[in-house]
This record gives sequence, C-alpha cells and structure tokens, in this order.
Amino acid sequence: MMAAVSADNRGLRLATRYAVLLLVAIIFVFPLLFMAMSSLKPDQQLLSDTDSLRAFLPVGDISFNNYFAAFERAPIGVFVFNSVLVTGITVVLTILVCSLAGFAFVFLDWTGRGVVFSILLATLIIPYETIFIPLLLMASQLPWIGTEGIEIGWLNTYRVQIIPFIADGLSIFLFVQFFKDLPRELIEASRVEGASWWFIYRRVVMPLSGPVIATAAILKFLFMYNQYLWPLMVVQAEEIRPVMVGLGYFTDQLNVPWGEVMAYLTIITIPVLAFYLSLQRVFIASVASTGVKG
Amino acid sequence: MNKTLILSALIAGSLTGSALAQTELSLWYHGAGSANAEEALVNQLVEEFNASQSDWTVVIETFPQLAYNDAVGAAALAGKLPDILDVDGPVMPNWAWANYMQPLGIDESTLEGYLPGPIGRWNGEVYSVGLWDAAVALTTRRSTLEKYGIRIPTLETPWTLDEFNSALETIKASGDFEYPLDLGMAWKGEWYPYAFSPFLQSFGGDIVDRDSYQSAEGILNGDEALAFGEWWQSLFTNGYVPGTSQDSADRETGLLEGKYAMSWNGNWAALPVVEAFGDDVLFLPAPDFGNGSKIGAASWQFGISGTSEHPEGARAFIEFALQDKWFAAFSDGTGLIPVTASAAEATENYKPGGPLEVFYGLSKEQALLRPVTPGYIVQAKVFEKALADIANGADVADTLDAAADEINEDIENNGGYGH
Repeated sequence: MMAAVSADNRGLRLATRYAVLLLVAIIFVFPLLFMAMSSLKPDQQLLSDTDSLRAFLPVGDISFNNYFAAFERAPIGVFVFNSVLVTGITVVLTILVCSLAGFAFVFLDWTGRGVVFSILLATLIIPYETIFIPLLLMASQLPWIGTEGIEIGWLNTYRVQIIPFIADGLSIFLFVQFFKDLPRELIEASRVEGASWWFIYRRVVMPLSGPVIATAAILKFLFMYNQYLWPLMVVQAEEIRPVMVGLGYFTDQLNVPWGEVMAYLTIITIPVLAFYLSLQRVFIASVASTGVKG
Repeated sequence: MNKTLILSALIAGSLTGSALAQTELSLWYHGAGSANAEEALVNQLVEEFNASQSDWTVVIETFPQLAYNDAVGAAALAGKLPDILDVDGPVMPNWAWANYMQPLGIDESTLEGYLPGPIGRWNGEVYSVGLWDAAVALTTRRSTLEKYGIRIPTLETPWTLDEFNSALETIKASGDFEYPLDLGMAWKGEWYPYAFSPFLQSFGGDIVDRDSYQSAEGILNGDEALAFGEWWQSLFTNGYVPGTSQDSADRETGLLEGKYAMSWNGNWAALPVVEAFGDDVLFLPAPDFGNGSKIGAASWQFGISGTSEHPEGARAFIEFALQDKWFAAFSDGTGLIPVTASAAEATENYKPGGPLEVFYGLSKEQALLRPVTPGYIVQAKVFEKALADIANGADVADTLDAAADEINEDIENNGGYGH
C-alpha cells in the first residue's frame, strides 16, 4: 500500500515537473519558432497569422522567397562574417586579458590592489552608451601604425570595433570570483616547486577555469554580436559593417518587409545559437557552481 | 625587351599618375537596401559624373536609412563628414544650423522652374537640392464617388470640410466598406508630419509660428488647431478611418481589396492602383479646410558637408546631377515626381496624359514645406505623438497644450535655433 502511494506521488511529481518544464520551454521556444515560421511566409499571410496559432506553424503559402529577397537586398554574408570576426577576436582577447587581470588581483600581492579593484567594480554601473561620445572622439584621434606608417584615427576599421571592448569590469570580476574559490594549496605547491606566475596561470589556473571561461565568453559574445550603436557611430564602410546595423537595410521610411526581416533575423541568429549550444554544458555547470546568471 | 618593359612601365606610371590627379570626393547616401531602383540610379549618376571629367572621383558609401541620420551626427562629432551629403529636406535646416552643411554656392538661376519642395533653403541660402519630390493625394475610384452621388473635386475646387465629412458619412452609412478612408495610420514617424500637418495648416494652425519660429503657443494649440484636433479625433470616433493599430498589410492593399473607399497616399504607391483600376482611378486634391488645400513637400536632397575640403568638387557633382535627364531617369525608376516641367514631359508617368500627371500639378500648386527650422526634428516627433494620442482618445486641448509647451521648451533650450 505504502509502496503504491509512494510510486503515485513520484509519478505526480514527475508529471508536474515535466509540465512546468514544458511550459517554460514553450515560452522560450515560441519567439524563435515564430521568427523561423514567419520567415517562410509572404507579408500579408505573416501579419494575418499573428492572431492565431498559425503564426507558429509552417502552414499556408510557404517558400524560401524571403530568404532569396533578403540576400538580394543586403550583403548578409559580409555582415555575418564581420560580426563573427569582430566578436570572435574580442571574445578570445577578453578571455586572455581579463583572466590575466583577475589572476593579478587574486594571486599577486601588490599595493593598491583593493582600490583598483573597487574602481573596476564601480565601472560596472556605468552604461556603455554614456561613454560612447567621448570614446568616439578619442577613437577618431588615436594613432595606429598601419601599412603606410602612422595613421591618425581608428574610425572605419575592425580595430575600433574590437579594442575598446576587450577589457571590461564584468569579465574581470567573474574571473576574480572564480579564482578566489580555487584551492590556494595548488598555487602554493606550484610556487614551492619553483613554477613561475606565467606557468601557474597557464598550466594550473586556466585549465581549471572552464566554467568561468565559458560564462565570460558567452556574455561577451552576446554583447558583441548584438552591438548596434557603437558600430553605427564608428563604421561607415559597408564591407566592415556588422549584422545589427545591417538590420536597417530592411526598413525604409514607411514600409517594413516583415518576411525578409524574419529571414534575416533567422540567419543571424544561427551563429549565436551555435555558439551558445557549443558551450551550453560548461555554461550551465558554471551557473550551478558560481551562481552567476547569463 | 628591356625597352618594351620600360615603355610599359612609363605608360602604367602615367596612367596611375593621371588617376592620382583626380581628387576623391566622398558621398554618403541613405538608401542601402532600398527595394526600388533609386540606389542603382545614384550609382549610375556617380559613375557618369566620374567618367565625365578628370578632376574629381566621387566614391559612394551607402547607409541604411534607419541609421543614416545617427551616422551623420556621429561623423560630424568626430570631424569625419563626407564631402557630399544626402539629406532629407525637412532635416536640412538642422544640419545647416549645426554646421554639418555649407551653402551650395550654385547659381540660383539654374533652379528657376523647379518645384518648391526640392530646393532646400535656410537663412536665405540654398543648402540642398533634390532630384525629385513626392506628393500625396486622396486616391479613390470614380465609380465609387458616382455611386454615392459625391461630387468629384478638382484642383481648383477641392472639397470643403463639410463636403469631405459628408462624403465620409455617406460612404460609412452604405456599409459597403470597412472604412471610408485609409489615412495610413500603420505608418509611423515622418509620415505623420508629412501627411497630416497639411490638414492642420489648412485649418489655419501649424506646428510652430513660421514668422519667428520661436513659439508654438497659439499656433499648435490655438482655436484653429483645436478645431483641427476635434475633427481629427472625430475621424476615429466616427469610425471613418482605421486607428493607430492599423495592419500594415491593409495599408498596402486595403484600397485594392475594397476594404477602404479612399486612401490618403503618396505618388510612390500610385502605380499599382492605376494598374488595378485603370481609368477608374482618381487622385484627388486634399480638402480645403478653410485656408486652402495643402500637401507636404520635400524629399531627399544633395548638399555639401560643412567640413568638405573640396566644396567646388562637391558642387560640380551636384550641378552635374541637376539635369532633366537625371530628373526623368529617377522619376521613371522610382515613380517619384521630376522637379521640372520639362523633365516631367520626358517621363513615362508624368508626361501630359501620363497616369500620374496629376501629382505634378498637386506638388506645384499645393505643396507646403514642413517648418523650415532646425527645431523641426524635435517638433515632428512631438506632433506625431500628439496626433497619435488624440487619435487614441486623449483630450484634444490638453494634448495640444502639452505639445506646444514641449516645442517651446525645446526652442528655448536651443537658444532659439539661430532664427
């Protein structure tokens, strides 16, 4: 009797859990489904379907015409390449620079460490948009050694989209918090064995930091891939324009070709999903172990 | 062999030298991704200009329209404006006031005979010129008006307010249409001041006092403006027009599908209606609400940036563009209105007897520029919000008072905008 009740309870709990999970999954999946399905429909059908569940189904006049039209309207391949390139380089450099900074804050003993870290934390509350104007003025006057010697001004380049975003307070903070929880004995033992700080960083600390690397990488990837205002201000050439600015190709003063917009959004979502899914397992482990939310 | 090589090198060198002698001029254009032929025509214009002379090479950079004004603002801040700018007519005074642009310095006699809209004048000087203009009209069918015994208005005798209201009521009462009139409420942004502020101006009000450009008090919220506001709201409360949540697909095809009896729409949307209705189509002038029939004017134009180091080159390009040949080419390619009568005669749609000929007359006779002031870009947004709020049931007097206050505050904050 007891066994039967217990089995029933377990079954009920399981069913409830799956029902809740299914509901949450639906809430998260439906916008993506709407986007993908809408990208296959002509505008008029797309809009008329929005008042029913048909909006989430591949029904009616289905075709890839919106995709063909979208590729005709804008150099989508160029935009995606630019965004992936800029985002990829920034993510790699962020992991390198911010982990080194975090390492210095946690393991090296230097005067003013606390003050500098406090200042760094304070930068977290400053929205990027508020510093864009001075940053723009600075970027327009910065020197660079190019193929023709020293050039003045970084505007209209890849580097102006990358370098200002390599070091950031949040990524350093994440590394600091993670490094603090690593067993100090490992570091001390390495020092006793005569290992250099660079060796410890490279061979001891970083191999143990998969979760925080994944977290910092995903957060930075999303931030960089979704950049709109900064590239809009600093990039004029179409050949180095990123995907979010490219979205503007699909609206004019009065009309929005919604089917093409959905096709474009579907295409540019693919790199984000691929990146997230490839790091999902490590990211979830990181969230579970550090309590950091993405 | 060696001699041949040296000769080849010399020829190559001289060719390179000649190419280098051409000074590069940058041109920014707003129409990246535009579905019509405009972008291709701008590229063709640039190519032909470059081939026509040996002093200048124009290099075009295209931007999506959504981002264009912001990109120009950022470039101005960084001191990186191009030589030639593409600018929306009503925005030009703001850019001129902010020194983003400099006067064109062209011989103004060359602009004689142009429609009023494409000439961008600020503080007594011409800063920009367009190769086309746009106009709006009440689009409907002759058979519809005749069926309900409604007089067909003309440019000389447009509908009065009472006639217009009566026509709307008659069509509404017939129950044959979802709505008697489509105002295009699905469109947002610049459509509101472009398409609807002429109604206000025909009532006798305006967005701002055009004598001084220092206040909207008594102009945007005076008796005439209040009358306009009450009438505007009645269009929605009486069910004459779809509201602000209008489906954009209905805006595109509602008239063709018989959902609406009339549509307030631009010449750029006219050709599909001509194809669908043939000789039955009518493009009617705006009603005269008491102070004459009025429609909006001014589209995109070319100007010289304030920081261009080669204004003479930029000027040469713009002068090259100001030919009937290009006005006609753009008109044929995009459906927009050519800026001179002689160019109109050379077009498919605006020549005498052409399907859109009436729009040239509308543009010539009824066009009224939106307020020619640097403050317009703020005033346009305030006006748009006020009209949307009134359409959605807000108190007319309170809304217009608040809008006038907001405009006045902005003018004050900007030191009067240089008027």
